Amino acid sequence: MHDGAESGVTPGTANGASDSGPRPNRAPALEVRDLKKHFPVKKGLLQTTVGHVYAVDGVSFTIREGETLGLVGESGCGKSTVGRAILRLVEPTSGSIKIEGDEITGLSKQELRPYRREMQIIFQDPFSSLDPRMSAGDIVGEPLKVHGIGNAAERRERVAELFARVGLRQAQMDAFPHQFSGGQRQRIGIARALALNPKLIIGDEPVSALDVSIQAQVINLLMDLQQERGLGYLFISHNLAVVEHISHHIAVMYLGRIVEYADKRTLFTAPRHPYTEALLSAVPVPDPSIKRKKVVLEGDVPSPMKPPSGCHFHTRCPIAQDRCKIESPVLRDVGGGQKVSCHFR
Amino acid sequence: MATIDHKAELARAGAGVSGFWGTSLHLARRYPLGAAGAFLVLLFVFTALFAGYLTAYDPTTTNSRASLARPSSDHLLGADFMGRDMWSRIVYGARISLAVGIGATVLGCFFGVAIGLMSGYYGGWIDLLTQRVIDIMQALPLLVMALLMAASLGPSLTNTIVAISIPIIPNVARVIRSNTLALREMPYVEAARAVGMSEWKIAVRHVLPNTVAPLIVLATAQLGAAILTEASLSFLGLGIPEPHPSWGRMLSESAAEYVRTAPWLVIFPGIAISLAVFGTNLLGDAVRDILDPRERS
Repeated sequence: MHDGAESGVTPGTANGASDSGPRPNRAPALEVRDLKKHFPVKKGLLQTTVGHVYAVDGVSFTIREGETLGLVGESGCGKSTVGRAILRLVEPTSGSIKIEGDEITGLSKQELRPYRREMQIIFQDPFSSLDPRMSAGDIVGEPLKVHGIGNAAERRERVAELFARVGLRQAQMDAFPHQFSGGQRQRIGIARALALNPKLIIGDEPVSALDVSIQAQVINLLMDLQQERGLGYLFISHNLAVVEHISHHIAVMYLGRIVEYADKRTLFTAPRHPYTEALLSAVPVPDPSIKRKKVVLEGDVPSPMKPPSGCHFHTRCPIAQDRCKIESPVLRDVGGGQKVSCHFR
Repeated sequence: MATIDHKAELARAGAGVSGFWGTSLHLARRYPLGAAGAFLVLLFVFTALFAGYLTAYDPTTTNSRASLARPSSDHLLGADFMGRDMWSRIVYGARISLAVGIGATVLGCFFGVAIGLMSGYYGGWIDLLTQRVIDIMQALPLLVMALLMAASLGPSLTNTIVAISIPIIPNVARVIRSNTLALREMPYVEAARAVGMSEWKIAVRHVLPNTVAPLIVLATAQLGAAILTEASLSFLGLGIPEPHPSWGRMLSESAAEYVRTAPWLVIFPGIAISLAVFGTNLLGDAVRDILDPRERS
C-alpha cells in the first residue's frame, strides 16, 4: 500500500522554493502527515460495519505562513474531507496534523480550543453557512464571544473593523443574512473566519457558488488579506483557473491520495502525472487559435468504497501497464520540488 | 395578448406593506379563510377573558324555577335541568376549553421540543430509545392515549391538561427531531463547531431558533385537537369535573335525556365546540401556509 510517510519527504518542506518568502526558522502554519479518514459504512439493524469509504488515504503536505496550497480534484476525491479533518470537524482515522509545530490529533475538545483560534474555515455555500436567525454582526462576533474575548462593546467595535476590512458597511451589522447578496454573504463568512486572527484559513470551495465577477472580487480580497496578515491558505477547489490565480503550490488529489504536487508554474507548464494532464486539458483556454492535445479520460471515478488495487488511477490511465494494477506508486520527488505518484513519469 | 398589471401583482406580493396593522390587513386579504379562523379564535379568547362582563348569571348557580327553561329574553340560550343559564355556562366554558387547549399544547410542546432536540442532535442510542418509545405512544390515537392518561390520573383540571399534553409530546418530538437532523448538518453549525462552541450551546443557539417556524405551525394545529380532546374526555366523564362548565360534559349530560325535550341543551354546546375547533384549524392552516410555504398543497 502506498504510504505518504514512506516517501520520507513532505511536499513543500524539502524544496521550499515558493514566491512567498518562507521563514525557515519557524514551524509551518500547518503540517499534515499521512492523514487518513476512513468512514465506516454501516448496515442493518445492528449497524454492523460492512466496509469503509476511503475518503482520505494517506495525504501529506505543508503550508507555511503567507502561503497558499491549492488542493484540486474531482468531486468525491476527498479534498473537502481533508479540510474538515484538519479542523477536526470529522475525526481523522490516523495521521498527524501539526499547527505551528504542535500536534493536534488526539487532543480533547478542551485542549483543542486554543488551536481553534489558529485555524478557521470558509464554506462553499454562502447561504447555508450563515445562521438565518442571527444578524450579520452577531455571526461575525460569535467566535469572539465563544472565546470570551472583550466585552460586548469591544466585540462590536472589533466586528465593525472586520466589516470595514472585508468591504461591508457598518450599518449592515444589524441586517440579517437574507438581506445580503451571495458575494456579500461570502464576505460575512470571511469576516467570521478572520475574527479570531487565525494563522490558517481553509477555504472549502469558497468561490464556487459565486458569479465569475464576484469570484474575482472575493479572491482578490483573500489575497490582500494574505499579504496583510501572512495567512496560510488551504484552498480547496475543483476549478483549476481559480486555483492557478491564488495558489503558490498545488496538490492534485485522486481518490483519497495526492497524485502530483508542484509549485504553480511547474504544474501548469510541465505536469507529469497523466491525471494532471487530463485535468489541465479540460481547462478552457480563451484563445481559439491554440490547438492542444486533448486527454480525455474514459469511465467514471471508481467508488471510494472499493478503490482499485495498486495505483488508484490505473482503471482510467492512458499509460497504465500491468505493474500499475499490483504496485501502488509512491509520491516521489522528481526534482524542483515537484512530486509525482506514477511509475513511469 | 396577456398583460401584466404591475400594480396588482405588486400589491399581491405585499410590496409597500409595513407595520403590524398593514401586515395583518395584507395577510387577511391573501388568506381570507385564515382571517376567518383568526377572527373566531380572537372571539373565543375575548369571550374567555371577559366572561364576567358578558353574562348576567353565575354559571354554577342552580335555580329550580328555571329548570329546562326555553331560550327567552331571560335565558338567551335557555337553562339546563338544574336551572343553570346556558349562555353563562357556554361563555365560562370557553375559559376551560382555552385553558386546557393552551395549557396542554404549551406543556406538550415544551417536552416535545426538549426530547426531539436531544434525540435528533445527540443521536446514537438516546435517539434509538426515544424513537421507539415515541413509536409506541404514536401507535395509540390521541384520544385513546388521553383517555388512558385521564383514567389513571383521575378527573381534575390540571390532570386533564397533563393527560392531553402527553399524547402531543411524540408528535412535536418527531417534527423537531427531523428538523434537528437536517439542521445539525448545516454549514453554520459546522462553523460554530470550528470556532469551538460547545455542542449544547450549538443546539440551543443555532438549532433551536431555526425550529421555531415548524413549531408554531404544529402548535396551532395541536390547539384544535387539544380542545376537541378535552370535549371528548369530558363527554366520556373523564375530563373536567363538576361544577366547572365544560362544553363536552354539557353535551354528555343532556344528550341522552333531553335531546328531544330540550334540544338547546345539546345544540349550543355543540356549536361552541365546532366553532372553536373550526377557528383554530383554519388559523393553523393559514399559519402553515405563511410560515412554511413548502407544505402548501
